[in-house]
Amino acid sequence: MTLKLQKLTKTYGGAKALDGVTFSVAPGERVALLGHNGAGKSTLMKIVLGLIPFDGGTVSVLGAAPGASRQGVAYLPENVAFHPALTGEEQIRLFLSVRGEPPRQARDLLARVGLHDAASRRIGTYSKGMRQRVGLAQALIGHPRLLILDEPTSGLDPVSRRDFYALLDGLSAEGASILLSSHALTEVEARTDRIVILSGGRLVAQGSMEGLRHEAGLPVALVVTPATGQGGCLATHLPQAERVGEKLVLSCPANQKLTNLARIAALGPKVADVDVIPPSLEDIYSHFSKRDGQ
Amino acid sequence: MTAILALALAEFRIGIRNRWLAIAVGLMMLFALVLSAAGSGPTGSLGVDRLSVTVASLTSLSVYLVPLMALLMSFDAVAGEVERGTLPLILTYPVSRAQLLAGKALAHLGILTLALVAGFGAAGGLAFALDGQAAQGLPALIRLTLSSVALGATFLGLGYAISARARRPSGAAGLAIGLWLVAVVLYDLGLLAAVVADNGGAFTLQVFPLTLLANPADAFRLYNLSASQATAAAAGVSAAAGAVPVLWSALSVALWPALAFALALISFRKVLP
Ligand SMILES: Nc1ncnc2c1ncn2[C@@H]1O[C@H](COP(=O)(O)OP(=O)(O)O)[C@@H](O)[C@H]1O
Ligand SMILES: [Mg+2]
Repeated sequence: MTLKLQKLTKTYGGAKALDGVTFSVAPGERVALLGHNGAGKSTLMKIVLGLIPFDGGTVSVLGAAPGASRQGVAYLPENVAFHPALTGEEQIRLFLSVRGEPPRQARDLLARVGLHDAASRRIGTYSKGMRQRVGLAQALIGHPRLLILDEPTSGLDPVSRRDFYALLDGLSAEGASILLSSHALTEVEARTDRIVILSGGRLVAQGSMEGLRHEAGLPVALVVTPATGQGGCLATHLPQAERVGEKLVLSCPANQKLTNLARIAALGPKVADVDVIPPSLEDIYSHFSKRDGQ
Repeated sequence: MTAILALALAEFRIGIRNRWLAIAVGLMMLFALVLSAAGSGPTGSLGVDRLSVTVASLTSLSVYLVPLMALLMSFDAVAGEVERGTLPLILTYPVSRAQLLAGKALAHLGILTLALVAGFGAAGGLAFALDGQAAQGLPALIRLTLSSVALGATFLGLGYAISARARRPSGAAGLAIGLWLVAVVLYDLGLLAAVVADNGGAFTLQVFPLTLLANPADAFRLYNLSASQATAAAAGVSAAAGAVPVLWSALSVALWPALAFALALISFRKVLP
């Protein structure tokens, strides 16, 4: 395992920021850490990086204690900042030298994150999204085996966000493990192998998107559009359905979806159309995030 | 080592871009030239060459200016990184906190040294141009330059320690100015008061020289005055200069930088990002 946390606990003056968190990240795996503001995501990451001490449990990073094998671990902090007087290229050259890599790679790295043209401008003149890319560029230095990315897509526009996830795909294909945090499930859905949800410092759920969807057991909505003039007739056939304007909305557990579809299909020409609407990602996320009563 | 050099290079660049290099060099040259021009009157009568007299006044200048410049350059070193939020990231890189501090110190000391060499060089050049005997004062000028670099290093280290303890740049700035006032102004005033009150008793004879050695600024002044031929031309603590062996003050000047950096490192290690 690249990263292994067991019963990790951290308190800040009596308040538990992390409470018995256990999970691990395998080589090449992309794990999304989700949670509301203050859930403990940044705290967990700082502990894994060896930046702050923890109170209980065990943490193993690349087989060593946190902070012991810094060569193989890259970090992108939340709201990453740099000295405004340095140019993007100078900043990346510094980071390369400190990692023992040739500084001449700086331009290439900046080009990989789409900052080639701004490389010789001072970081003080960069937008938040551009600083975020500098942060991403430094995290790519020296083929890290574990990337810890704290809200990496905040401040990125949708196109840059897509480019960012494409970069991550390449990294994990090369065997790098990725732990990234976000407060929105919609952002990480398609691009991560596993999701870990923290709420109030506790791990409340983990698994694949499909697994979480299943575990939440939220109802599926079947939206039936009646053929012209058949609305009233359909309503009598589907008494559980709720009328919303022209349409009928039938809410049912996921395992009764097919049965209900069959019933609707049996109504034949009375039905103009049927849409199956699975629970939204936000529904699933709030389900887990609020279950523990924050 | 490459890491330290790379860190120092970046810090040096920052020093150039926020005008620290220009300000430090400009200040040193201005004051050094003004002092050496002003001290040109009574040389011949004392039987001392012009450069030695200049060194005596430059010593007084250094005592005030070098700690001030060093503290102004260093107070932001850790607190500024904490406030900007740049510290957590660099701490996840494979460098130790000692290396981080060494990189900053190398750059800041480089800037300070350039300023000292420029200022003292200009003053020395002026003395040579006006007095054929000025070469006699050359060893004193070299001693002054080296000990000024050591004095700068001491206050850089103390500045880093303050910066790490204060956590905020505004607090660190206040503490830095406070330290400067105490070390180069109030300490001497206090000693003077004690000496006057003691009226030639045990304090003046035994404790006073030690208290001078304990303060890096006083040790610096003591070293340059007692080692130099220009003692007679100097005012102030010159009486004590005779009482303390040169070796002691030299030792204090040389040990303080190490002590200050140890203090800085201990304080920096306590900073949680
Ligand atoms: N330095 C600190 N001192 C005291 N409490 C802190 C500190 N850092 C974080 N916390 C608390 O720990 C909890 C988790 O914070 P954090 O890990 O930043 O959450 P997230 O990144 O998920 O938004 C919050 O309640 C926060 O107030
Ligand atoms: Mg956070």
